[in-house]
Amino acid sequence: MQTNILICGVGGQGIVLASKLIAATAMEHEIPVMSAETIGMAQKGGSVFSFLRLGDDLYCPMFPEKSADLIIGFEPAEAVRMLPFLKDGGQIVVNTHPIMPVTATLKGSDYTGLEMIDYLKKNVAKAAFIDGESACREIGSPKVLNMIMLGEAVRRGVLPFTIDDIEATMIRTVKPQFAELNSKALRYNK
Amino acid sequence: MGNAAIARGAIAAGLNLVSGYPGTPSTEVLETAAKSNNGSLYVEWSVNEKAALELGAGAAYCGARSMVTMKQVGLNVASDPLMSLAYIGVKGGMVILVADDPGPISSQTEQDTRHFASFSKLPCFDPSSVQEAYDMIQEAFEFSEKYRTPVLFRPTTRVCHGYASIEVKDEAEYKINKPEGFVKDSSKWVIFPRLSYNAHIRIEERNAELSKVFSDYGRNFIISAKDSSSRKAIATHGISYTYAMEALRDKAAPAVLKVSTPFPFPEQLAVEFLKDKDEVLCIEELDPIIERELIYICGKYQLPVKILGKLTHNVKTAGENTCASVAADIAQFMGWELPAAQPSNEPPALPVRPPVLCAGCPHRASFFAVKEAMKGKKSVFCGDIGCYTLGNAMPLDMVDTCLCMGAGVNITQGIGKIEPDTNCFAFVGDSTFFASAITGAVNAVYNQADMTLVVLDNSTTAMTGHQPHPGTGRTMMGQVVDKVSIQEVLKGVGVKTVETVDPLKLDEAIECVKRVSAEKGVKAIVFKSPCAVLIKGKSPAVIDSDKCTGCKRCIKTLGCPGIVMRDGKPAIENSLCTGCGLCSQVCPFDAIGGVENAD
Repeated sequence: MQTNILICGVGGQGIVLASKLIAATAMEHEIPVMSAETIGMAQKGGSVFSFLRLGDDLYCPMFPEKSADLIIGFEPAEAVRMLPFLKDGGQIVVNTHPIMPVTATLKGSDYTGLEMIDYLKKNVAKAAFIDGESACREIGSPKVLNMIMLGEAVRRGVLPFTIDDIEATMIRTVKPQFAELNSKALRYNK
Repeated sequence: MGNAAIARGAIAAGLNLVSGYPGTPSTEVLETAAKSNNGSLYVEWSVNEKAALELGAGAAYCGARSMVTMKQVGLNVASDPLMSLAYIGVKGGMVILVADDPGPISSQTEQDTRHFASFSKLPCFDPSSVQEAYDMIQEAFEFSEKYRTPVLFRPTTRVCHGYASIEVKDEAEYKINKPEGFVKDSSKWVIFPRLSYNAHIRIEERNAELSKVFSDYGRNFIISAKDSSSRKAIATHGISYTYAMEALRDKAAPAVLKVSTPFPFPEQLAVEFLKDKDEVLCIEELDPIIERELIYICGKYQLPVKILGKLTHNVKTAGENTCASVAADIAQFMGWELPAAQPSNEPPALPVRPPVLCAGCPHRASFFAVKEAMKGKKSVFCGDIGCYTLGNAMPLDMVDTCLCMGAGVNITQGIGKIEPDTNCFAFVGDSTFFASAITGAVNAVYNQADMTLVVLDNSTTAMTGHQPHPGTGRTMMGQVVDKVSIQEVLKGVGVKTVETVDPLKLDEAIECVKRVSAEKGVKAIVFKSPCAVLIKGKSPAVIDSDKCTGCKRCIKTLGCPGIVMRDGKPAIENSLCTGCGLCSQVCPFDAIGGVENAD
């Protein structure tokens, strides 16, 4: 039994930490795990992704197209970009708040993310959308988007563990002063 | 992380010293070693790869186990000591870790370190997973010490930056290596033509022996075909081996040869693999090394086997392999049906996201200051390797050349000699300055160049994740030491005008560039301002919507990700803005405020 997860978004959104929390929680449950992510030059405002695989008999952290049980999209266009990796019947969790690349700003592009969300709604049956921007505002920090996304992903039931499990890993991982805020974000459910 | 596993594996093998120079994807090896140091290990970021390799050699001369870390292009810098050290050899185990970067994802070249192995005649280890990297680095130290030669260890990006849960040794099982110390013997440690001739004979004998030893080394192996009648087979290595195994899951798989020591090549194992085969597909990243070896072996042993791969265009010649590309290559080779591309609805046009300088990055201000100062003048801007290479992007467009570490300083001199009417600038970061631009500055002074050297001093090695360097006053052992002053170095080598200015004080910076660049000869400007990622940002800028006319000068001149268009007008992206104040100094209508530098 294998679970393939793809997390995608833009550099600086906290994708690497989200991926590490899933991996560490899996290890805590003695589930073998492999992952791979973008590091380096591409992080500076570029598209960032993390492949995660849980289960036995894994050779490599990456998986081919049409293999992901779950895609967690931190940005609508990035979710569309990685959609070919979604398995038939797979689920997506997507932040609806777009991030405008500098190149688009310069060209005066009218990218709003709405066309991406329409596309996702039309093409994926099991899709959950979160307005990450307003959720962050409600919780009181722009830095908790990853926890909000992670919480929703766990609630979709694809990952073999609960919010309590992820929360326990998070508390062990982050600085103590951020634990409460992150807990709130993990449990944000609207 | 693979890099962390390599560091922990090396420590388990009794590592005494590790040195290196940062470079993606190798950097975290040394960082993990420093973090895991129980006090018995000496760790340093050296000034460049050549220094690191020579340091590692000195330690290994004493019987220490040493490791030197770098990325593939770093080995170009260290190749001088590498080539000679291959003849001299070592006493303690010495592993030179060189991370290759297929793609390339964050490098200048797609060079293949396996070539350096055969060129330098040094044994080479090529791991395919995080677990294998952990185990193999320990074996690499054993081979190195047994054969008294440095060995190369070359993971690729997906192994370096892959994560996996792995089995590790208990600390009680770690090897403890107590170096004997340096024993003087000039017939051994001093390279001379006669010594090199004799060493060359021994090296060839040793490598012939190692080829046999590696044929029995458990990490070079043949997986038999599931379908024993199949006369086709696959030869592969590294991460591509894991892609191949994924692609062969639940299939009537052909035989597979995994090559973990590309040099010396496990010839006898390959002969065994090739017999009874008609066709072999070689799946490799970077260069067709295994493919050429198999062709050579087929010729040598007169084996009628067709060898396919990059040379026959059955595998793409450049770029990274993926699960999908390998599965497709294998399907084509085996005559299997390719998974039909299912018609999917065409997605809307996706925004492209090229990497850009961060919001608040002082390099943006430095580039902009020079651009403003040189407006209308014939100028050339030679860039270098680091975050500031991103100054090439629009709208700054301030990097006309970029070649390799430290090259810009000399390239701009060459341009100036041919085009004397051009204002020649070289931009170099602080870490790159120490690594390889000082000789360029000396060359410029000595050979009477007319140029402005611009040092972008953000007090860190930012691109690779903020490593300390000689100018930071901190070492990887946690010591606080005297800072090496860039200004004093420049004055010391004979640069008469060396001015230092904060690029975020835009008017001062522009004036400084105008004044300094007008002088004859070699002159230098140090733009000093800390990396925006390392400092606590000030409160974000505020745009006064009454004053803002929507002229977009801030967006069009700076290209800062912290300014976006909302409802037809520029707006501040609060989650990114660091309050650096550059945009407030650019706005012609004083519409951007709320920041310190704004007036």
